[in-house]
Amino acid sequence: MTILGSASGPARRSYDPASESGYPAPPPRMGFFTDTSVCIGCKACEVACKEWNHVPEDGLALTGMSYDNSVGLSADTWRRVAFIEQRKPVADGQDQFRWLMASDVCKHCTHAACLDVCPTGALFRTEFGTVVVQEDVCNGCGYCVPACPYGVIDRRQDDGRAWKCTLCYDRLGDGMEPACAKACPTESIQFGPLDELRERAAARVTQLHASGVADARLYGEDPDDGVGGDGAFFLLLDEPEVYGLPPDPVVTTRDLSAMWRQVGAAAVTLAAGAAAAFAATLLGRRT
Amino acid sequence: MGTSFGRGGATTFQQDLQNADCILIEGSNMAECHPVGFQWVMEAKARGATVIHVDPRFTRTSALADVHVPLRAGSDIVFLGGIVNYVLQNEQYFREYVIAYTNAPVIISEDFADTEDLDGIFSGLDREHRFYDPHSWQYQGLEVQAASGERDQQYQDRAQAATVRQAARGEAHGSGGAEVGAGDPERDETLTHPRCVFQILKRHFARYTPEMVEQICGVPTGTFRRVCELLTENSGRERTSAFVYSVGWTQHTVGVQYIRTASILQALLGNIGRPGGGIMALRGHASIQGSTDIPTLFDLLPGYIPMPHAHENENLDSFVEAESTKKGYWANMRAYTVSLLKAWWGDAATAENDFCFDYLPRLTGSHSTYETVMAQLAGDCRGFFLFGENPAVGSANAKMQRLGMAKLDWLVVRDFSLIESATWWKDGPEIDTGEMRTEDVGTEVFFFPAAAHTEKNGSFTNTQRMLQWHHQAVEPRGDARSDLWFAYHLGRRIREKLAGSAEEMDRPVQDLTWDYPVRGPLDEPDAEAVLAEINGWDAESRPLSAYTELQDDGSTVCGCWIYCGVYADGVNQAARRKPGREQNWVAGEWGWAWPANRRIIYNRASADPDGRPWSERKALVWWDADKGKWAGHDVADFAADKRPDYRPPDTATGPDALSGIDPFIMQADGKAWLFAPAGLVDGPLPAHYEPQDSPFSNLLYGQQRNPVRQVLVFQHPDNRLQPSGGEPGSEIFPYVATTYRLTEQHTAGGMSRWLPYLSELQPEFFCEISPELASERGLEHLGWATIVTARNCVEARVLVTDRVPPLTVQGRQLHQIGLPYHWGGNGISTGDAANELPYMSLDPNVHIQEVKAFACDIRPGRRPRGPARVELVRDYQRRAGITEKTGMEI
Amino acid sequence: MSHAKVTREGLQDARPGREAKPGTPTQRRRTGRRAEQPMVPPAEFASYYGKPVLNTPVWRSPDIPGYLFLGGLAGGSSLLAAGAQLTGRPALARASKTAALGAACLGLAGLLHDLGRPARFANMLRVFKVTSPMSVGSWILSGYVPAAGAAAACALIGRLPRTGAAATAAAAVLAPGLASYTAALITDTAVPAWHEGYREMPFVFTGSAAMASGGLGLLAAPLDESQPARNLAVFGVGIEAAAFERMTRRMGMAAEPYRSGRADAYIRAGQALSVLGVAGALLGRAGGRRGRVISALTGASLLAASAATRWGIFHAGLASAADPKYTVVPQRDRLRSRAAGSPPP
Repeated sequence: MTILGSASGPARRSYDPASESGYPAPPPRMGFFTDTSVCIGCKACEVACKEWNHVPEDGLALTGMSYDNSVGLSADTWRRVAFIEQRKPVADGQDQFRWLMASDVCKHCTHAACLDVCPTGALFRTEFGTVVVQEDVCNGCGYCVPACPYGVIDRRQDDGRAWKCTLCYDRLGDGMEPACAKACPTESIQFGPLDELRERAAARVTQLHASGVADARLYGEDPDDGVGGDGAFFLLLDEPEVYGLPPDPVVTTRDLSAMWRQVGAAAVTLAAGAAAAFAATLLGRRT
Repeated sequence: MGTSFGRGGATTFQQDLQNADCILIEGSNMAECHPVGFQWVMEAKARGATVIHVDPRFTRTSALADVHVPLRAGSDIVFLGGIVNYVLQNEQYFREYVIAYTNAPVIISEDFADTEDLDGIFSGLDREHRFYDPHSWQYQGLEVQAASGERDQQYQDRAQAATVRQAARGEAHGSGGAEVGAGDPERDETLTHPRCVFQILKRHFARYTPEMVEQICGVPTGTFRRVCELLTENSGRERTSAFVYSVGWTQHTVGVQYIRTASILQALLGNIGRPGGGIMALRGHASIQGSTDIPTLFDLLPGYIPMPHAHENENLDSFVEAESTKKGYWANMRAYTVSLLKAWWGDAATAENDFCFDYLPRLTGSHSTYETVMAQLAGDCRGFFLFGENPAVGSANAKMQRLGMAKLDWLVVRDFSLIESATWWKDGPEIDTGEMRTEDVGTEVFFFPAAAHTEKNGSFTNTQRMLQWHHQAVEPRGDARSDLWFAYHLGRRIREKLAGSAEEMDRPVQDLTWDYPVRGPLDEPDAEAVLAEINGWDAESRPLSAYTELQDDGSTVCGCWIYCGVYADGVNQAARRKPGREQNWVAGEWGWAWPANRRIIYNRASADPDGRPWSERKALVWWDADKGKWAGHDVADFAADKRPDYRPPDTATGPDALSGIDPFIMQADGKAWLFAPAGLVDGPLPAHYEPQDSPFSNLLYGQQRNPVRQVLVFQHPDNRLQPSGGEPGSEIFPYVATTYRLTEQHTAGGMSRWLPYLSELQPEFFCEISPELASERGLEHLGWATIVTARNCVEARVLVTDRVPPLTVQGRQLHQIGLPYHWGGNGISTGDAANELPYMSLDPNVHIQEVKAFACDIRPGRRPRGPARVELVRDYQRRAGITEKTGMEI
Repeated sequence: MSHAKVTREGLQDARPGREAKPGTPTQRRRTGRRAEQPMVPPAEFASYYGKPVLNTPVWRSPDIPGYLFLGGLAGGSSLLAAGAQLTGRPALARASKTAALGAACLGLAGLLHDLGRPARFANMLRVFKVTSPMSVGSWILSGYVPAAGAAAACALIGRLPRTGAAATAAAAVLAPGLASYTAALITDTAVPAWHEGYREMPFVFTGSAAMASGGLGLLAAPLDESQPARNLAVFGVGIEAAAFERMTRRMGMAAEPYRSGRADAYIRAGQALSVLGVAGALLGRAGGRRGRVISALTGASLLAASAATRWGIFHAGLASAADPKYTVVPQRDRLRSRAAGSPPP
């Protein structure tokens, strides 16, 4: 049973989703650190992912969104590189042109809304702390789709089931790294134990700030954020929404206890209303 | 680079880029076209190196570079020449290196006249036949070996004389520099003699000022100076800078001279042969290096031995005499040639019959791919094999390619899928326009499916001269077969048919050694057996280890002397896979590189004349006096035990004639050539000429274009050139187009536009233009545009982007148009081919087409269908006043 | 220059490529993240080519909005049925029981139809998860449908009165849950127009349920038994209207989709029909044939109003997911407030 939404205070830093899900002695939590500052936009990650997971091709239309013809994460795109052409002010008052490139992926949230709302239990937490869909269980109810605050998981059209990045669960089991991390030539996609990646990422941001890249920031790394931190977090060079990411994502389950309370109150109100509807007729008869 | 340094290949390897203090990437889009290799540029950046990217467009490489310099496509000689001028004027060259290791001090013949003297041409130009006689370019006082000496006068008088020169020497210096003549050149170590190379260089480049760079290239002087400063600060004794280039430099009518300029610059800066320095030539696909080493080129034999010409009195001796050098390793050319002949004709090749030298085919001129098209159109070439090549999309003036194929009797296409070059006869663009009718095409077309690299054993030779073996994983399906299978069994069947023949002309085929073992259910020839033959063996059938073991008496066999050593000790060295973390940074035990597994060639130059590294932070090889050998991280590209202070006696020949300070061991004089007295047909020094079709006049000289460029003449209304510069009609084509690759697709699309995973990443043919050009021509983002030249018109989706900025060139605004060239009519992702637009005007040394800079027009909307398409092009030709003579002048 | 060295011993001070500094250094966009903040949020916001951040719900009309409507109708009807049974209004009871079963079955059919893999519908009962309103609802339905079925069957056949009474009671116990859990279903998502209304949405839904079932009672039951339905309907309209008003006022920007486009059309229609329904309920107490006609029209009006409201809420949700501003702007505001130290809204 998953957590019923944490209280409004900060989550415990040592919260380990695998242990909380019932694994007795799980391996260290594994995840991605995608450092977009060294991405060269080659899309090897997209192709490697599709090849390994037999994800179908999903659209042959030119989008005009710079070199991004994959558009967004969906059931048929699990790794996708965003391209943003910008003009940024530079120190001496001039404009500098820059081209941001970033490989997006499922965040494998610590508190995963998709997992929380899945009614069949198809979505589950693996021993590595990742979130995976069991495709032999999913009946395509589609609840996970609007639940995800990042707009990742989606239902595959002709197939009917929900699909998303598995963090190459089948490869992790054999001690290998995910296909996208393996293919990335510049180590923009880094795979490893999440603790290690977080340390490395913090050092990297410090290094970048020291060398004048003031815009560098981490996204999804903070265990105190609205989803408890992501298993796949990023280093970005601009605001998240520039990349199509929500600035302050919150797992919807956080408000669930309040929701059930309200539901209960409304139910009681309805019952009371029905009772009153009948009682009022007696009133009418008496007078 | 062959002419400058002795071998035509990258001087270093991609992993060495990590050691650079500065990297200049120009004529290359490395992050997009060599993304895996680009990680080494990232390693350099992680250590603090500065990366400069010079490119008309801001690309994915520029996004990771520290400095991006947009410049006009086709103007790089001015840009690089400007840097040369800066280096010379400001004395930023590495003087000790230049004096010791280059031909800067050499004095040139007093007959030599430079472009400075002749307003843009060099001495020796034969205007009528359009070639240069290089006599006046020679070193002073040296007897030039009559390269034309033994040739019969009759042959000289034949009309094809000019075309013989056109079948030029540039590629022949793939591994062995040109001859300079007997004797030692006169030198001035003070570099002050007015006719020493150094002073000639200074005078020659004096007009390549920052102001000229701004005018011609469109690069502001401030930006240009910054590049100069970055390069010079990061070169010299303690630091090294690396250059990276690719087909952005080679695909011009002056492409070879682009590389010459870069070679001059790197030699002046003292970067060649040193870690983090050198010139990393990135080749255009995975095994193109191999396709010049074991060539698929008409003018080369394996190991860059030139293909002999059809001279009446030429035998093996006169051939070797004419082609080899006196000094250096190329002096042993006879041994390399004889060993090759023994590999091909085995026991039939004996000393008595010149080792079957007469069996080799002879050239009667240039037979490059574009000449072949001309021959097809003229009806002289009747049959054609296309192995993994798609000229209907990938070659310049694609229409001519298809029309040429339509005149053939037969065509054989081998590829993974039905590429455009296999189906033009039924669904090509000319069927739609009515220029061709299927029922009228007499060509019999055969299609043979090809096996992929995972379905066969074999090797790739990559851009850093490294051979890597690949192992078969699965059998090919259905009728698919490997190229090796095809060639072998075709040869076998032809030999069977010729078995009983007594005709003299059949002997060369009958006498071939054609006995590779075959294996497996498909009778696949054993690729390792072929590799073993390429490596060669001695008289006792023991595998050879080095090309120094080759003999000229017929006792050794070697299919390609530069690959000698790849099968040393009977071990497939190309298949070695020792992980990098278990080796030093050079990682010599992964694969095998030629020559002799040297990863950085000319590495003797990383040490000073005494054998000590110029800098202890750039130590690659050094002289170990105790052991009496060269030591270091890489295999020394030098005789292992030759002392730095060795000076050869006057009578020495061959490798012994090289001194201890001659790092460029394949050069006739052991030095890097700033000035090339021989070897190139279009000049000993680079000079800026405008592309064949250009909106601009040449601001530097009166000579507009490369005077000896190769222009293919065939009278067809769609093989026209355009007026340039100030000529009337030039304003009809006011923009400059450049073609290029995208990471997501591959060359002519046969390997990518049939795959859904790649097609969806870049699904449609598009053009990249600036917002300014869009508003000037009424083009809309994601709308359609038609791009027109005198050859054809194509349609493309429009991407309006800031990444292709307008430039100010010669006082007016220039817009450039980016065209990825991958598309054709077949496959999942289809579109028009960008190569419909460029012309067949080629670099005269290597016959490479000029597709990186050509003038064009662009207009909104889709192109016309049917005959109206041709009519649109004709209309442009009329408006520009184009005739069959336009652009043909010297 | 590079601070690494290529020494005789090998490479020193080498660094992995992932530590490369990106090309162009940029100026700080703001002097500090925690420094002075603009008092008024900027009108503009950034997005990725205007593309949505969230994925649009894959739920389809009429299946899902239809289910929301029918679930409410069923729940309310079971309550009416129980009350009618207890207070001796057999016609009302019978009509309500039939309506409850019919609505539940039709709604269920819609749910099954909307599944990507309908054959696997039983997987809904593999687990019981409180964090998934759909799981809770599946279990409610699996209890409710048999109960409502038995209740209706007994009523229609006219046999097994005790079984029928027990079934009616059971259905009535589950009914309020059935009518209200669907609010949690849609608000427990990231969809701004739904999630931001989670406090009031259950009241909107139960009000709507009351309205619909009251309307059905007016439509299907004889005049002399339909008074409770009339009362319930008016009660429902009141609750729904008040809750909806409060919800959209509190939601801030996320309420915009309710007032534009398709959703707005449905909402307005629903409001108009509700007014008609209330008017008819309060004023049309005439007897006889005219009374019956007014009653029927009133009932139909109320049913339509409830349906229109559900459709409107459904489309408002889709619209709010499709436009990135509804995700980005409120979140960006929240971050700014947090940074400035003020409590989040």
